[in-house]
Amino acid sequence: MHLTIADLKKGEKGTITDSSSEDIPLKLLEMGCLPGNTVHLLQLAPFADPMYLNVNDSFLAIRKETAALIIIKKIDE
Amino acid sequence: MSKQINVALIGNPNTGKTSVFNALTGLNQKVGNYPGITVDKKQGICKLSRGVKAHILDLPGTYSLNASSLDENVVIELLLNKNDKDYPDVAIIVSDVENLKRNLLLFTQIKDLKIPTILVINMSDLMNRKGISLDIELLEAKLHTKIALVSTRKNNGIQELKQLIENYKTISKETCLDTSSIDTAYFESLQKAFPNQDVYKLWLVITQDANFGKITRQELDISKFKTKSNQELKRLQQKEAIKRYQFINSILKEGQTIDRSKATGLRSKLDRLLIHKVWGYVIFFWILLTIFQAIYDWATVPMDLIDTTFASLAEWVKNTFPNGGMVTDLVAEGIVSGIGGIVIFIPQIAFLFLFISILEESGYMSRVVFLMDRIMRRFGLSGKSLVPLISGTACAIPAVMATRNIENWKERLITILVVPFTTCSARLPVYLIIIALVIPEGSIIGLSYQALTLMALYLLGFGMAIFSAYILDRVLKTRHKTFFVVEMPNYKLPLLKNVIITVIEKTKTFVFEAGKIILAISIILWVLASYGPGDKFNNAEAYIEPTTQTSYERNDQIAAFKLEHSYIGIIGKTIEPLIKPLGYDWKVGIGLVASFAAREVFVGTLATIYSVGSANEGENIDTIKNKMQNETYADGTKVFTLASGISLLLFYAFAMQCMSTLAIVKRETKSWKWPILQLIGMTAIAYICALIAFQFLK
Repeated sequence: MHLTIADLKKGEKGTITDSSSEDIPLKLLEMGCLPGNTVHLLQLAPFADPMYLNVNDSFLAIRKETAALIIIKKIDE
Repeated sequence: MSKQINVALIGNPNTGKTSVFNALTGLNQKVGNYPGITVDKKQGICKLSRGVKAHILDLPGTYSLNASSLDENVVIELLLNKNDKDYPDVAIIVSDVENLKRNLLLFTQIKDLKIPTILVINMSDLMNRKGISLDIELLEAKLHTKIALVSTRKNNGIQELKQLIENYKTISKETCLDTSSIDTAYFESLQKAFPNQDVYKLWLVITQDANFGKITRQELDISKFKTKSNQELKRLQQKEAIKRYQFINSILKEGQTIDRSKATGLRSKLDRLLIHKVWGYVIFFWILLTIFQAIYDWATVPMDLIDTTFASLAEWVKNTFPNGGMVTDLVAEGIVSGIGGIVIFIPQIAFLFLFISILEESGYMSRVVFLMDRIMRRFGLSGKSLVPLISGTACAIPAVMATRNIENWKERLITILVVPFTTCSARLPVYLIIIALVIPEGSIIGLSYQALTLMALYLLGFGMAIFSAYILDRVLKTRHKTFFVVEMPNYKLPLLKNVIITVIEKTKTFVFEAGKIILAISIILWVLASYGPGDKFNNAEAYIEPTTQTSYERNDQIAAFKLEHSYIGIIGKTIEPLIKPLGYDWKVGIGLVASFAAREVFVGTLATIYSVGSANEGENIDTIKNKMQNETYADGTKVFTLASGISLLLFYAFAMQCMSTLAIVKRETKSWKWPILQLIGMTAIAYICALIAFQFLK
């Protein structure tokens, strides 16, 4: 099983390795959800959904189902 | 006319594009519609030196040239169509100094269409505080553009920008990327098939067809050229984004330095509080209460003023113009009071949009969307449905228009369909009089029964909206795809100028959109109430015995008798069998019919029916109340009892009685199917609930 953004905990970071799933909105890719960029999970709404992220210097919120499509490698600090 | 430069203002949302537009044009702007679609078209004139004028078009905010909403599609259609009269001589890309990287994606796309492009870097006053420094000369050279550092907040850089617009011809048309490197073979075959066209433009047309559906105003037919599946196209679009970011990163590496230690923690501090799992909701509901307070308390002062002004205006018309003429009556009773019925809502609408635009400008609204999305989604709505539902408590019309930024069509449709259940301000006068009539005075733990009933009606409206959304979510079958991406912008102090312009603009839209319908129906209703067949209408004076009444009372009785035998009275009597099971008589029926102009007309209509004429001015409400209280059926039972009162309250809470809303829904959904469904569905729910309530309480 791959690790995805949905697996991150509050405050954790990861590097995107794959965001080529059909169901990821193009808008998200254009905002910087692209392989190689760092994702920082800033905050979670109740039930961990939606998720508030910083990717590629953009601050955005996406739903968990979308977050689960973006594959990452965790960055340990 | 002197020479005019066509300028298109383009940029990501939240970059202060509208502030730049306002700074360039001032109040010299107007809002219209793009032909055939409902996206606002904002344009203005900017005076440059030597009599040269720039025609500035403020295009909807977009993150790229790949549209996922109607608004964004407008930008692409314009830029792909050289024959459009608004096709820009020069494009201005507004970017935000803190999000330069992401903003430049759109910039490079537009550059690659070979349109001369100026880059505005807005909010430049924040550079020092955020530790950002830019090598403007280098950026200009590498991006083949001219850059204007602007701060709309400090009013800096606008003059420089105007000069750049004036000298647009000197701006290079060099592209940023070699776009054919996205897929060399494919782009070559594209070029071969359409040798006279720019290849990047062709690519955009093709991907646009795949993304969002056909481009409507396209002069070139590309549909036959389809050699790649949508999946492959999307992969290529991702590749394009990657390539663009590579290019941008390589330039920013040299041209931009950011000292991260200087970044202030305002965002994270405020976020910790405003989207806190408990405090976030507490603060949000406190803000909601303030908004309601403003709409229902503060707005009453100007509303009362408007009410009395229009009443005396109608009176003045009657007394000044030739007496008894049809035209005089039409003006006084149809037109003046019709316009009054529109103007009366302006204070509430203006207050509502004052709050909404402050919340939006400050960046708080996105946090609310974040907080509420999960809860709303359970009911088939989106976090973005919240603003429309709140707006609905003032008026459903701006609320329906406020659904435009919900990308997911199903969520947007459901929001539009359920918004009219929220208690709009037109219901309030009806509620107040019926509550005063049937709910006993007295209180429980310091809260009066009457106030509690009113609150219950508000909750009922919201509850019904949510409940029907839940049902619709299960019934409506559409391809469900998540498009929920919300940018969380920086917090900033709202600019007064922007807030004021938004309030004026939204209020104007309401007045003209809803206004013309309300006015038209007012006139129709006036005709129906002022004419009738037969002798009883035309010779009413003969039927009222001149007995002991004063002449005022006699006139009122004649008016009531006339109304009974007018066309609208006949309609009321015709529908009586239908509404009898709900506990209403034909007089209430007339009120229900009249409510199609606007619900609050109910009160005025009943005033006429119960012959409360102008004689009793000042104490109108009390007088109507007394008359209604004493109203009985032939057998002596009262018309307005607790049962019929509750039944009427429920009917008004649920029924779709507002023609203006239906017209707006038709416009926004581009089909009669949905407003008709709304009309039938809501009215059926209202009928059934009122029926059950009356039969049960009777």
